[in-house]
Amino acid sequence: MSIWADKNTRVVVQGITGKEGTFHAIQCRDYGTKVIGGVTPGKGGTTHEGFPVFNTVREAREKEGADCSLIFVPPPFAADAIMESADAGVELIICITEGIPVNDMVKAHDFLKKSNARRVANGENPSRLIGPNCPGIITPDQAKIGIMPGHIHKAGPIGIVSRSGTLTYEAVGQLTKRGIGQSTAVGIGGDPLPGTNFVDCLAAFEADPATEAIIMIGEIGGTAEEEGAAFVKANVKKPVVAFIAGQTAPPGRRMGHAGAIISGGKGTAEEKMAALTAAGIHVVKAPSAMGEKIEEVWSRK
Amino acid sequence: MKVHEYQAKEILRRYGVPTPRGIVADNAEDARKAAEQLGGRVVVKAQIHAGGRGKGGGVKLAKTADEAAELTQKMIGWTLVTHQTGPEGRVVNKVLIEEALNIDKELYLGITLDRKLGCPVVMASKQGGMEIEEVAERDPDAIYRVPIDAVLGPQPFQARAIAYALGLEGDANKKCVDFMQKLVRCYIETDASLAEINPLLVTKEGDVLALDCKLNFDDNAMFRHKDFLELRDLNEEDPLEVEASKFGLNYIKLDGNVGCMVNGAGLAMGTMDIIKLAGGEPANFLDVGGGASAEQVKNAFRIILSDKNVKAILINIFGGIMRGDRIAEGVVSASREVGLPVPVVVRLEGTNVELGKKILADSGLPLITADGMWDAATKVVAAAQGK
Repeated sequence: MSIWADKNTRVVVQGITGKEGTFHAIQCRDYGTKVIGGVTPGKGGTTHEGFPVFNTVREAREKEGADCSLIFVPPPFAADAIMESADAGVELIICITEGIPVNDMVKAHDFLKKSNARRVANGENPSRLIGPNCPGIITPDQAKIGIMPGHIHKAGPIGIVSRSGTLTYEAVGQLTKRGIGQSTAVGIGGDPLPGTNFVDCLAAFEADPATEAIIMIGEIGGTAEEEGAAFVKANVKKPVVAFIAGQTAPPGRRMGHAGAIISGGKGTAEEKMAALTAAGIHVVKAPSAMGEKIEEVWSRK
Repeated sequence: MKVHEYQAKEILRRYGVPTPRGIVADNAEDARKAAEQLGGRVVVKAQIHAGGRGKGGGVKLAKTADEAAELTQKMIGWTLVTHQTGPEGRVVNKVLIEEALNIDKELYLGITLDRKLGCPVVMASKQGGMEIEEVAERDPDAIYRVPIDAVLGPQPFQARAIAYALGLEGDANKKCVDFMQKLVRCYIETDASLAEINPLLVTKEGDVLALDCKLNFDDNAMFRHKDFLELRDLNEEDPLEVEASKFGLNYIKLDGNVGCMVNGAGLAMGTMDIIKLAGGEPANFLDVGGGASAEQVKNAFRIILSDKNVKAILINIFGGIMRGDRIAEGVVSASREVGLPVPVVVRLEGTNVELGKKILADSGLPLITADGMWDAATKVVAAAQGK
């Protein structure tokens, strides 16, 4: 078991003929992911690196049963790509693109909300957006849908949810080195308006029988970690280990991710760590201690 | 991206948002002419990006044009220190000469993104002229919040509700309704990330104007606002950060002596944190991006080394899809080219990491290899302390 992505997930890559799209579509296929093809408007009917190319996501869904889209479309057109996938009824939309204007995402979220309401009213599945500005999702040995290095992963019992790409790899690396595998690792991305948040992932991991413990990796800015902490306190029985990046970041400065900015005394690492600790989460101060801590709290059960 | 008050007000005027009449000047003579044109009694306002200018002495009333010239003479070239500039302050290069108005009320109006609701939110408060963060902390109920629909934009009833919440009646109420709707349109159409009118002025004559204005724009949306790029004032930015941005490097200078070169923003922040835990102080935040090519590593080296406080450098690269040996080759060739005046600790992870370590060891360069982040942090902190 796993959350959201497994060996049956059928992936269509939006922007497959671009440099990034091409490279990662091949990497995902090589890992064993069912990549059924790609979408590039105007290139429908052609074949690219062995992948059939479609003009629209709807066509890819109708002809190849795509239920997941992986988006590498450039920032000015990425929100449109998200909405196209939602409109086609794709259940899982993963947007890797970094640098989408906030206003575009405000509109895309609004579209998703309305489209999902219509689908649910019709008895259909709603769409889940992961990202943007994220590494994607991986269920080791089943499906890699994103840009993460597949080879560092190992199948096992730990669920990972993270706002940071390379820190997710860091956590995975530490676990695999200790012989501990992962159920699913989700990168929710560094943008201020993510499609999927900590609470969504924590709820899914709590419900997933294959997940026995959870690592959550947050960073400064916003209040998503605090909301995650409140959810854990009320609903999560599985042990949770957390790390918050940016403990030493100065206020008012944007640390790479658009979401990583402390302003007006809100969103500091200190506040987040206090909220997580109060919720019974095992907070580590050093990013190098995530694997060690999981081993400690997970084998205890 | 941030802009100056005078630039922000020019943008507001394009959207019909009322502002006081004002003229920007960079010398005493122009300031005198501007003041004469505006009727003599004016306010001279230092143009720097940081807030808190009034308390720092950067906003002064001049009763005559001569006085305006005198004040301008003093302000231009002066280093203004406010609670937002840090102790080093900012040099004033321009002043805004603005007509002095008869103040009846000073209110607050701000627009920013509400992450929880996923839409812009208008914040209004009767306590203008103060920092909204302070008001929020002391008296959260004093701030009236209205979320704006992403597609529909601001509705008249919302604008009326805000005007009433601000205690405005009659003509001033109508003017405030008009003001707010225009301001929201400006916020959305310019892809602003913050529009703050503090104070929002109600004059004794019943006019509603933006007495001060702060506008920040979404960097990601600059591709559709190419005309805003010329509003950028490089004097307001750290020269090293400007240099880094030319190479697509995300660099922020800090006060410590341990230089950091990391791929990924989260890992870069995590690396700063672990340096501190190991007893050191990071000299910078630097994200070299996903690729970490030899060219990027070389540019990053140059930028880190131009900070004279740096006593040691930590390179922390989680290779991801990039092969460890490729990264090692990049580090070695960049090190050769730049020369290494300080010790460099390298922590590599990813495919072919063993081969990568061998390349580093065989290079003959004084590169210290490390296993894992903690090992790397303790080694680089020791090196920075000369141990």
